[in-house]
Amino acid sequence: MSFDDWVLALHVLSAFSWVAGVVLFWVLVVAVRKTDTAEETLRMEPMTRIGNVAVGLGMGGTILFGLWLAFSVGGYNIWDGWIVAALVLWVISAPLGQRTGAAYMQGTTKARELRHAGQTGANAELLALNRTSTGLVMQSLWSLVVLLILLDMIWKPGA
Amino acid sequence: MSIVAASRPGSWDFPLFVHVLGAMILVGGLLAAAGALGYARGDARFLRLGYWSLLAVSLPGWVVMRGGAEWIRSKEGWNDLPEGVSQPSWLDIGSVLADLGGLILLVSLVAGGVGVRQLRDGKGGGLLRATLVLSIVLLAAYVVAVWAMAAKPG
Repeated sequence: MSFDDWVLALHVLSAFSWVAGVVLFWVLVVAVRKTDTAEETLRMEPMTRIGNVAVGLGMGGTILFGLWLAFSVGGYNIWDGWIVAALVLWVISAPLGQRTGAAYMQGTTKARELRHAGQTGANAELLALNRTSTGLVMQSLWSLVVLLILLDMIWKPGA
Repeated sequence: MSIVAASRPGSWDFPLFVHVLGAMILVGGLLAAAGALGYARGDARFLRLGYWSLLAVSLPGWVVMRGGAEWIRSKEGWNDLPEGVSQPSWLDIGSVLADLGGLILLVSLVAGGVGVRQLRDGKGGGLLRATLVLSIVLLAAYVVAVWAMAAKPG
């Protein structure tokens, strides 16, 4: 196995980590829609951290190893249309992921306030925040962009 | 490998996409299941969330991954090898881990299903811990499978 083969494997593993993180966040998006207490909302936090690590490693790994491959592997150039498209989509995906996180953090922040105030029962405002439509739209757009990157990587249009 | 990928016939792209997307959903479901089961600390709702992640995300992901694998395998002609010619080791590794992983996934689903049922009686923790361990084992196995399919050793 050549060094580039190893880098390609790490690139693909990073992509898996990224998408696995996105899938995990979908599980949380569905789970949190029925969550109306502070305690249960805050219990989601460790899973959110796992998702953040998976997405962080995935996004970092795909761009680092992907750039290496673009420069190192013969036949590929950084200005190839499909590579430029992937880079643009990668850049677009970052703020979408951040906005998704910010939308769902409002529920977490509210849950902290409720716990601090000693309110442990069901709370309609918390439920509404956990069902954020902005977060759902951002998560959907983010997933779509990640899917487009996968399609681009497999079809390599113009290669 | 990269040269092979660049010159891959266009008709292979969709089966490969199905295979890879299924595998990614499978791994995502396993990560969510392991996370929920691992952080449940006895909370029945989280234990159920972990189990449902396996059942509703990982299992469909495995089916799509395995179906895509057979599809791309036939497209690439690995089913029509001449006698005496063996398939490459990366394909052996991927196939064995996919099938063995499917079996382990089924075992973990049965164990987890019984565990979730027993939660009503305040039991089932042990079975769901076993499901957690199996999920982590599966995650590790599929990391190796992804490495083998991407780097194509041998």
